Amino acid sequence: MSKRRPNYLAGFGSLVWLFLVGLPLYAMLVATFQSRADYGANGPLALPKTFTLDNYVKDFQSGFGQYFLNTALVTVCVVGIVVLLVPPLSYAIVRSRSRLTHTVFRLFLLGLAIPSQAVIVPMFYVMSEAGLYDNLIGVILPTAAFAMPVCALILSGVMRDITPELYEAMTMDGASSRRVFFQLVLPLSRSGLSTIIVFSALQAWNGFLFPLVLTQSADTKVITMGLYDFQTEHGVDIPGLLAAVVLSMLPILLVYLFARRALVQGLMGVGGK
Amino acid sequence: MTPTATGVSRPGFAWAAPAAVFFGLFALLPLVLVAVLSFTHWDGLSAPRFTGLDNWSKLFDDPVMLKSLWLSVLLTGLGVAVQTPLSILLGVWAAGHQRNRAVLSAIYFVPLLLSAAAVSVLWRAVLDPNFGVPAHAEWLFGDGNLFGVQSSAIGVLVFVSAWQFTPLHTLIYQGAARAVPRVLYQAAQIDGAGRVRQFFHITLPQLRNSIITSTILMVVGGLTTFDTVLILTQGGPGTDTTISAFYMYQKAFKNFDYGTASAIGVLLVLVATVISLIVVRLSGYDRMRSTMEGL
Repeated sequence: MSKRRPNYLAGFGSLVWLFLVGLPLYAMLVATFQSRADYGANGPLALPKTFTLDNYVKDFQSGFGQYFLNTALVTVCVVGIVVLLVPPLSYAIVRSRSRLTHTVFRLFLLGLAIPSQAVIVPMFYVMSEAGLYDNLIGVILPTAAFAMPVCALILSGVMRDITPELYEAMTMDGASSRRVFFQLVLPLSRSGLSTIIVFSALQAWNGFLFPLVLTQSADTKVITMGLYDFQTEHGVDIPGLLAAVVLSMLPILLVYLFARRALVQGLMGVGGK
Repeated sequence: MTPTATGVSRPGFAWAAPAAVFFGLFALLPLVLVAVLSFTHWDGLSAPRFTGLDNWSKLFDDPVMLKSLWLSVLLTGLGVAVQTPLSILLGVWAAGHQRNRAVLSAIYFVPLLLSAAAVSVLWRAVLDPNFGVPAHAEWLFGDGNLFGVQSSAIGVLVFVSAWQFTPLHTLIYQGAARAVPRVLYQAAQIDGAGRVRQFFHITLPQLRNSIITSTILMVVGGLTTFDTVLILTQGGPGTDTTISAFYMYQKAFKNFDYGTASAIGVLLVLVATVISLIVVRLSGYDRMRSTMEGL
C-alpha cells in the first residue's frame, strides 16, 4: 500500500499461512516415495530414509491409467461445450437489447447459487431415464451446465470492457453481428477465453459429485472416484493413497504453471467490487 | 440483428439460445424436477408415486434432519468466522508490493486447484490416528482419534475447509484491495494516521462489497459442503457431523428414499436462492464486472 517500512506483522502472518499450506503438501510428496513399512515407522513428518517409486507403479497397475484417460475425456468435452456455448451467450448478454436475453442472463445469475448437490436426485432420474447412467456423457453434460454461469459472468465482464466506439466503427460500415463477433469481440476477449477454459477444465477435472452419483463401473471411473474408492478400500496404504493424490493433481499443477495469470485474474473478477 | 437508428447492429436472442437451452435442460429442468420428486415416493426402481406432503411432514419430525440443519448452520458459521478475517488480512497483504509476494502467492493458491476429494484424502492421511501426525505427537493430540469425538471432528472439517477455500477469498480481497484509490491512503498519511487506523478507516470500509460477496459464497458453499464430510468423517461419529447435504445423499443413495432426499434438496435450493437474492440486492450484479485492472 504505502512505500514506508515493510509490514512485518502481515509478512509474518503470510509466512505462517505459507507453512500451513506448504507443510502438508511437502509431507504428502515425501510419503509417496517411501515404502509402507518405512512410512508407518517414521511418521509423516520424518525425513525419508529410502526412495522408491513403487507407490506410483502400484497405482497405475490398479487402474489409475484408465481413470486418467476418462478424466481427460470428460475435461476436454466439458471445455469444448463451454467454449462453444458461452462466448455467443456473453456477446448477447453484453450487446443485445432483447428482453429475452436479459431474462436468460438473470436465470444464469440465479444458476450461480444453485448448489449442484440439490439436483443430484433429479439428475440421477433424468440420466437413468435417458439411458445415460454409468456413461461419461451423463457426467459431461451436467458438469458443463454447472460451469456455465461463472464462465458467462467472467466472459461478459471482459466483453463489457470493449468500448462502444469500436462496435460503432465496425457496424457503421454495415458489418453484421456475426462479423462483429468473429472479427472484434472474439479477438479482444482472448484473456477471458483462456480464463474460462482454465476454470471449466478445473471444474471438470476435480468434479466429484456427478461422477459419484452417475457412474458405477470401472470403465467410467474418473480420478476423483479412484481416490475415493482407494480411500474406502485400502485406506491403510497411506503412501499408495497419497501417490494417487499426487497423480490426480499433477496435470493441474502443470496447467497452473502456464495459466496462473488467467486463472487468478478470472477468479479475482468473480468477487465483484 | 437489424441496424438501429445510430447504425449499430446488435445480436439478437438467437446468440444466447443454444446456451440457454443447454443450461435449461441440464440445470434448470432438474431444479424443477427436484421439487416435483419431493412430493413423491420413489425407490429408484419402480416409477415415482405421488404422495403429497408426506415426505415433508416426515422430514420435520425427523430428529436427525433437525440436527443436520443445526450442524450445517454451525459449520457454516464457524467457516465464515475463521475464513473472513484470515482472507481479508492475507488479501490486503497480497495486494501490496512486497518483494517475495509473487512467489509466495503462487504457492498459496495451490489448495484452490485441488479437488475436494484430493484435499480430504490428504488431510485424512495426515490426521490418521494410527499412521498420521497425531500418532507421533501425543503431547498435542492425546489419544489422537480426532474423528472419534464430535468437537474435534467439527474442528477438522472447519480447518480443512478453511485450508481449501481461504485462497479463493484471499483472491477476492486482493482484487478489491488493489482497487482502493491510493489518494485515500496519501491523505490519511498526511493526517498522520498509522497503518492500523488506515486499515480500519479506509481499507475495511472500501472492501464492503467484497465482504458481502465473499460471505455469501462462504455461506452457500458451507451449507452444501459434501465431499469433505463424505471422505473425512462419513457424517460420524454417529450422526455428529451429518450435515443436511450429506444426509440428503444418504437418504437417496444409501436408503433409496429419493423422495425425502428431494425434499432436503429443495430446502437447500431455497436457502441458497434466498441468499443469492440478498447478494443481488446488496451488492448489485451490475457492479459485478471485470476487476482486471488490478493485476
